[in-house]
Amino acid sequence: MTQIISEKDARHMAKLSRLKLSDEQIADYTQQLGRVLGYMDKLKELDVTDVEPMAHAMDMTNVLRADEPVEGLSVEESLANAPAQSPPFFKVPKVLGDASGA
Amino acid sequence: MNPCSTTLTQLRDAIAKGEISAVQTAQAYLDRIALHDPTIHAFHETYNERTLERAQQVDDGKITGPLAGVPIAIKDNLCTTFGRTTCSSKILDNFQAPYTATAVAKLEAAGAIVLGKTNMDEFAMGSSTENSARGMTANPWDTTRVPGGSSGGSAAAVAADFAPGALGSDTGGSIRQPAALCGVVGMKPTYGRISRYGLVAFASSLDQIGPFCRSVEDAALLLDAITGHDPLDSTSLNEPVPEHYKTVRQGTPKNLRIGLAKQYMSDANDPALTKAVEQAIEVYKQAGAEIVEVDLPHTEYGIAVYYVVATAEASSNLARYDGIHYGHRTENPDDLVDLYAASRAEGFGEEVKRRIMLGTYVLCSGYYDAYYLRALKVRRLIKNDFEQAFEQCDAILCPTTTGPAFKAGDKTDDPLAMYLNDVYTVNANLSGIPGISLPAGLTDEGLPVAVQLFGSWFDEARLLQIAQVYETATSHQHHRPTMGN
Repeated sequence: MTQIISEKDARHMAKLSRLKLSDEQIADYTQQLGRVLGYMDKLKELDVTDVEPMAHAMDMTNVLRADEPVEGLSVEESLANAPAQSPPFFKVPKVLGDASGA
Repeated sequence: MNPCSTTLTQLRDAIAKGEISAVQTAQAYLDRIALHDPTIHAFHETYNERTLERAQQVDDGKITGPLAGVPIAIKDNLCTTFGRTTCSSKILDNFQAPYTATAVAKLEAAGAIVLGKTNMDEFAMGSSTENSARGMTANPWDTTRVPGGSSGGSAAAVAADFAPGALGSDTGGSIRQPAALCGVVGMKPTYGRISRYGLVAFASSLDQIGPFCRSVEDAALLLDAITGHDPLDSTSLNEPVPEHYKTVRQGTPKNLRIGLAKQYMSDANDPALTKAVEQAIEVYKQAGAEIVEVDLPHTEYGIAVYYVVATAEASSNLARYDGIHYGHRTENPDDLVDLYAASRAEGFGEEVKRRIMLGTYVLCSGYYDAYYLRALKVRRLIKNDFEQAFEQCDAILCPTTTGPAFKAGDKTDDPLAMYLNDVYTVNANLSGIPGISLPAGLTDEGLPVAVQLFGSWFDEARLLQIAQVYETATSHQHHRPTMGN
């Protein structure tokens, strides 16, 4: 079977997915995802030229409601599960400067 | 009476008539869980004190309702303000939800009591409950086998008589398949019937909450409590709610037409499944139903469509686990991006990472048209198949699975083999139709098998009536596993 995705592709997916993976994991996922994607190629057997895509089971359109304020979560409740906090804020490592993360 | 060996409906009636108290009932279930759950591991945690307090309030007349005093187990992806909600994931290990899921709140408003949270595949991704960061669940019929998944803990809890009913969620078969492998009734209603508010999202266009129980009547009673529009979930249906229980009590529907599709009768099915479907056909013929052949030509594409759509939606839904707002955070990250990537890599299990990667791939520019868009188009073809079929019949009869429960560890090395477990269940989710899995006897080895009925959109009440015809004629639901010790 021809290789459907390369390790380079898998690394790119890991980066987009924000998953820090080891070389060994990348190798495993490359192989496993390749097999699953190979199976999905089945979809190419069908002619779907004039078929409308279906994103949702009920073909719903916009659901509207009156724009009335209601009680939400308090700051305290919102922060309750945060791994690090400095009320009323969530605490994160330095974003700008040397640690740009770009 | 032994409250652990009755149906939910009988138990409800016995409590209402004062034949048994809610406290006695709750204590009996908690004792049974304490005795046998170390072997099964259906539950992550039980709320003993809270359960007994609420039971006392039922006995004191302070809590009333159609489910007053009935203990219920709930899957650990349903948020509750009491206890933890972990989705069997390390990333949510200590998560305490700030609100309660609508379906759970409705159950308790009807008088039911949440016993505890049940094990599941991490984020509902799996078909065996082996993808749990918190250990496996054993099948009560044979503890070397899986209970199915992803709602394996809820199915095992009902099968092991740890609860007369349970809630699960079904994204590609995660209620019906474990119900089948554990020999209990499991139902996925029409998409949108039950609010998803407070259900931790996996694939939002497919996820639906539904009941596990010991009889069709029980399913009707539970659906009555949890069905209905919820302003907090804009995808919940704003349609009249059927009176499920009342309809089921009315008895057999007239002029039934039962559809059979050859696409579900593969030679690869276990012979016990083929026999079960044949027996079900006989039951319906005896009941005066007309058996009609229907064609569902795009059935075989369901798995491919499902694993494109479900992983695409999951990759987006699970982006919220960032190590900042809640959940696991890595120690000593290099910078912000490293904090995200390391927290997620440490917190998610292998299958969840695999699906996030897959979903990211199929949504990527360059592959979007070939996989995601194409899958959405084939999804339409699968839905069209059902629309045409339901012009000719009232329900479609098929197996729920291709075979009985498999051994733990048998499929864990092969993700694709595990995905193919869902072959007879995913198309109901892709189309949005309701489906119910019913116990259909035992294999020679003593393992449960099941038949499945699909109904048309919004047609749950009649689907339950049709299911009851089979249940009454066969009494397979009375088979119970023998618990060890």
